[in-house]
Amino acid sequence: MEILILLLALFVLSLFLGVELITKVPPTLHTPLMSGTNAVSGITLVGALLAAGSDSSPILVNVLGFIAVTLATINVVGGYLVTNRMLAMFKRK
Amino acid sequence: MNPTIVSFVYLVAGILFILGIKGLTKPKTAVRGNTLSALGMLIAVVVTLLDSSIVNFSYIIAGVLVGGIVGATMALRIQMTSMPQMVALLNGFGGGASLTIALAEYYSKLGQAPTSFADILTPIAISTSAFGQGAEGTIALISIGLTVLIGAVTLTGSFVAFAKLQELMKKSYGLPGGPIGNAIFLIAALAAVVSLVMNPGNTVAMVSIVGLALMLGLFLVMPIGGADMPVVIALLNSYSGIAAALAGFILGNTVLIVAGSLVGTSGLILTQIMCVAMNRSLANVLFGKMAAGGETVDADEIYAGKVTSAQPDEVALMLEMAERVVIVPGYGMAMAQAQHAVRELADAMEAKGTEVEYGIHPVAGRMPGHMNVLLAEAEVPYDKLVEMDRINPTFEDTDVVIIIGANDVTNPMARESEGSPIYGMPILNVDKAKNVVVIKRSLSPGFAGLPNPLFAMDHTLMVYGDGKKAVIEMTTALNQA
Repeated sequence: MEILILLLALFVLSLFLGVELITKVPPTLHTPLMSGTNAVSGITLVGALLAAGSDSSPILVNVLGFIAVTLATINVVGGYLVTNRMLAMFKRK
Repeated sequence: MNPTIVSFVYLVAGILFILGIKGLTKPKTAVRGNTLSALGMLIAVVVTLLDSSIVNFSYIIAGVLVGGIVGATMALRIQMTSMPQMVALLNGFGGGASLTIALAEYYSKLGQAPTSFADILTPIAISTSAFGQGAEGTIALISIGLTVLIGAVTLTGSFVAFAKLQELMKKSYGLPGGPIGNAIFLIAALAAVVSLVMNPGNTVAMVSIVGLALMLGLFLVMPIGGADMPVVIALLNSYSGIAAALAGFILGNTVLIVAGSLVGTSGLILTQIMCVAMNRSLANVLFGKMAAGGETVDADEIYAGKVTSAQPDEVALMLEMAERVVIVPGYGMAMAQAQHAVRELADAMEAKGTEVEYGIHPVAGRMPGHMNVLLAEAEVPYDKLVEMDRINPTFEDTDVVIIIGANDVTNPMARESEGSPIYGMPILNVDKAKNVVVIKRSLSPGFAGLPNPLFAMDHTLMVYGDGKKAVIEMTTALNQA
């Protein structure tokens, strides 16, 4: 239960931090912000790896894990690459 | 791997994500920020792979290969005009990943999976304690149910958004009863979550959550029109983050919670910005039609005999004399792929000593910041892209405004006509400029379905035709002058 309270505290503080950070992103960079956060949400890959690689009895768990790994990897690889592509266009001047 | 070290590495990864987003607050530091964020992802993944509970690498390697190839291909081949479609798909995949993780966790704790339809209907004897001691078990089950619900809504909702943006789905379908129909689906899905928490072995409840949520995602987005897509994409972006944070609660994983809540707030703030820029509430965008205005405005009455049209070379003469020109782009510029032609016109004007800036309305295009990315692709320096609040006071000192592919965001009815459905929406006050040039195929209305009195004003010239062709002709004429 104490761990849950700690996780909840982390969640709430992260929400406040998110508001402070995101409101400072200029409108010019809102599209890269969205694709960049798509990449960050690919952090679910961490959970997906544990499911896909587990030694569990129903094979369904590994199959679901495989789907999750695939989808999260698309977000990570696609998100970071396309964000980098866009930001490189903003950088040159 | 020692769990203390794993937690420490997750903390470092979380810090790198935060620094990554902080980098996005300035164009100059943005690339470095993205790299830091990617580095955080890399160390989080590597330390997870060292976990001793991972014994079977074949599914992991297969998933990473397929996902890596698909992701890299999408990222490197997508056209900038199609960025909204790409983000819509990524939102959906994010929701799908959280959905499948929650399902995997559920069946892993259950210890068995249905092999036939009859199995699904047979409840399994399992107590809440299998998911955690006391309250922890209950909260784990609530998290699983809600992750499945939000993940599934995000998955199908995003695919509908993609289909709409790609113009595969042109009509708007909705449930009978509109918001009430959706509310019934939502309440039914939440009831299934409660049922799952009370009796975790009730696999029918789990299957019901998945089915109801997948359908809810479809019905939520299907009735929403193309020009409202910026709001929908931002909202689904937020959902994908919330689903990831909830998955963090299932797994007791700190970095998922931090990253997921950052993404969740990002999407919510963008949703809020888009709604304010349209002067509409979120509920109105999701469930309402554009309010049917009090008196219907007759387009013919507004336009009859008052619209002046011009040829591109006449506009070029005007541009040659201008000291300051503001270009206002809209979705039509993206449709016509005219961003490079527009930049060449701006170059030609600047070569003659004219000051050129771009006025960007927050909801121009199909996603937040869409116009900025298109113009950046055409090598327009970002300091020339001026947001609405800063460009509006400058229109009175502007000789010519060129509007290409934008309509509703320039409609003075939003400022003056109190009965109008768009009354109160913040607009670009282009009518204050000395001359206005509108490049447009015809006098057809924009998404709001309203005539635009701007087109009939004395100082407005309409240039009919394809945006790209008209701009190129202006550039040619200007260079010859």
